[in-house]
Amino acid sequence: MHPERMKPKKRLRGGVHVSDEKHTREMPAKRLPAPETVTLPMRQHIGAPCEPTVKVGDTVKLGQVVGDSDAFVSAPVHASVSGKVAAVKEVKLASGLVSQAVVLENDGENTPADFAPPKIDTLDDFLAAVRASGLVGLGGAGFPTHAKLRVPADKRLDTLIINAAECEPYITVDYRECLDNSWDVLGGVHLLLEMLRPENVVIAVEDNKPEAVEVLLRVAEKDDAGNRIRVMPLRSRYPQGAEKMMVLAATGRKVPPGGLPIDVGCIVMNVASAAFLARYCKTGKPLVSRSLTVDGSAVVAPQNVRAPIGTEIDYIFKACGGFREEPVKIVAGGPMMGQAIVDTHHPILKSNNALLAFTAADLSVKAETDCIHCGRCARACPLSLMPTVIHRYALQRDGAALKRAGAAVCMECGSCAYSCPAGKPLVQFMRHAKAVLKEEEGKQ
Amino acid sequence: MSDTTIRENLTVSASPHKRTADTTRGIMLDVILALVPALVLSVVLFGPRALLVTVVSAAACVLFEFLARKVMRRSTTVGDLSAVVTGILLAFNLPSTIPLWMVVIGDAVAIIVAKQFFGGIGQNFVNPAIAGRIVLMASFPVQMSDYPAAFAWRAPEVAAVTSATPLAQFSDLYSAENLQSAMASADLPPLLNMLFGVRGGCLGETCAAALLIGFVYLLIRRVISPTVPLVFVGTVAVIMLIAGKGDFTFVAYQLLSGGLLLGAIFMATDYTTSPVNFKGKLIFAVGCGVVTSLIRIFASLPEGVSFAILLMNILVPHIDRLTTPKPFGTRKEKKQKKEAAA
Repeated sequence: MHPERMKPKKRLRGGVHVSDEKHTREMPAKRLPAPETVTLPMRQHIGAPCEPTVKVGDTVKLGQVVGDSDAFVSAPVHASVSGKVAAVKEVKLASGLVSQAVVLENDGENTPADFAPPKIDTLDDFLAAVRASGLVGLGGAGFPTHAKLRVPADKRLDTLIINAAECEPYITVDYRECLDNSWDVLGGVHLLLEMLRPENVVIAVEDNKPEAVEVLLRVAEKDDAGNRIRVMPLRSRYPQGAEKMMVLAATGRKVPPGGLPIDVGCIVMNVASAAFLARYCKTGKPLVSRSLTVDGSAVVAPQNVRAPIGTEIDYIFKACGGFREEPVKIVAGGPMMGQAIVDTHHPILKSNNALLAFTAADLSVKAETDCIHCGRCARACPLSLMPTVIHRYALQRDGAALKRAGAAVCMECGSCAYSCPAGKPLVQFMRHAKAVLKEEEGKQ
Repeated sequence: MSDTTIRENLTVSASPHKRTADTTRGIMLDVILALVPALVLSVVLFGPRALLVTVVSAAACVLFEFLARKVMRRSTTVGDLSAVVTGILLAFNLPSTIPLWMVVIGDAVAIIVAKQFFGGIGQNFVNPAIAGRIVLMASFPVQMSDYPAAFAWRAPEVAAVTSATPLAQFSDLYSAENLQSAMASADLPPLLNMLFGVRGGCLGETCAAALLIGFVYLLIRRVISPTVPLVFVGTVAVIMLIAGKGDFTFVAYQLLSGGLLLGAIFMATDYTTSPVNFKGKLIFAVGCGVVTSLIRIFASLPEGVSFAILLMNILVPHIDRLTTPKPFGTRKEKKQKKEAAA
């Protein structure tokens, strides 16, 4: 018997219809040969950066810890190849942040560290294992997973949401995870069910991926305890996959500004993260590689690849046939929220889910003209904000008005800027507004 | 610091890296295309002079836009085609017989005073075409209400074929004891003629069918939302149904007369001078409908669409402020207070 498809409790407000461009949907992630060197930044997650735990000249094994931190919101970094520590130095990341990094010279042996499946008896064991795995949100945000899974004493978890929506155009790695590693997805869901004991689990996926819906329905069917796992197909509309939108669809609840999903009884977890946890608890092999979608009009052979963390971006593009013509824009992440980069020698991080390269013909950012007050930005905003009004307050440096207008609520999904006929860089304005708000609040 | 190897030719900009293909110029072009059916019909009904007035008006608006921006040392914006839209809309609100120099004065008021003095596109607080029309109405009341009858241009030998507009005829009817018999004796054009614009009136406003084609086009192209036109016309319909004591023929005449459809579809939906959110649009449109009806029924003027839109234009900033939605996840203040009290 097929479990029923769950209907979303609430529809996404606003949002935009973006051509999904999922050219790589039929391509399972291909494992890339490991590069000669990898650069492992200590800052691969939101929270405290790690400190290197190895020195230059040390021999390290695949999966050995090379960086760790005592802070709670942090996750250790593991060697993604075996070999020698060539350098411990500062590097610039794609985000512009500077971080300590351990550079490893690959000996090509892939000598594994002594992995052993973690012994898990209690919730604390489980959370310790999650931390030891080095897992951070694989959907792009990079929040340390063990920190997310630790439910504060005064909060209660009732709904665990597994996010397979993948609403960003181009990216298909989560889709491939559902299809190619569906047993891991199932294992991950059961593990989380057993450990966190939520009342129910909702697996959410956009309806432009009917094969994934089918597979996930079969996964949900295997629920022995019955009826706790439900699959929720969602209308394909950007930014349906955003955390707050997921919580809204699954429960009808709204995460308060500055709050987390757990404030309304939810945890949202990326589907690939859940699948990784299942694999980790079986084998004990930490997070040393990840899948990425490599696509865009400038790439010769768009495909999904699996590469060691710390692989140079340039190496990955070359493995995909290089560029058919000189790209004018390279984006780490999806086209809606990803980061434009200028240096292809950056390493990929745990949270990188895509690398896109665009030719001039495909660059749709247009010249900025005057605002015509059409209101499309406000109607596109899934969080009911008025981007142009917020921008005006930011220019006036009016902290109180910015607070009222909810500038801090913005999640920078880019729906406003996408829909603007005047080509206003509204996300940039919103970031400016947040900076002003922070500054003005600091003064008080 | 590590050695950075920056690729010089890569563009950096804030996300998103994909944008809609819609542009201001594209939107204005859609509005112009939506006005074409009405323009064609205006030439059929009122002759080549209708086209001449429209072309002169559009050209003058573009010229004024260009000159005003030049004098103010600001970037040229004629490429966005908004001045063309203003020019056509103003022309549509004029009788085809109007002297051309008056048209140009109206254009100057619309573009220079109403639009550029306030900062150009997106900044004007009233609809420029309406501002131009109202200044012309106040300055040249005779020429502005000298409406030629439809098809009069084909029979130039018949001197001075002007006709009272149906709305002017109506002004005696509102107070009539028996509406039906008064309407019958008022010699109104048949309703079918009203639908296809065979009546006296401004050159672009008479053909309801052509305006409705434009309306459907704008909806399909998602240039406008149907809220304002439907609620505006709907409000007038309801009030007129009451005023006409339930007479649907009377309501039909009211809806097809004057500049109601032109105003509701093309003028009240102007982005800059109408509210952004659905609730705001609702308030705005109801206001437009109420004021239009009040002017038609009680004021000495036969028609009130322009004044209604103008008045509501001025209220738009307040309507917008009142109807700003609460940011996601913030609770209404009342609810919070209630919870605090409990």
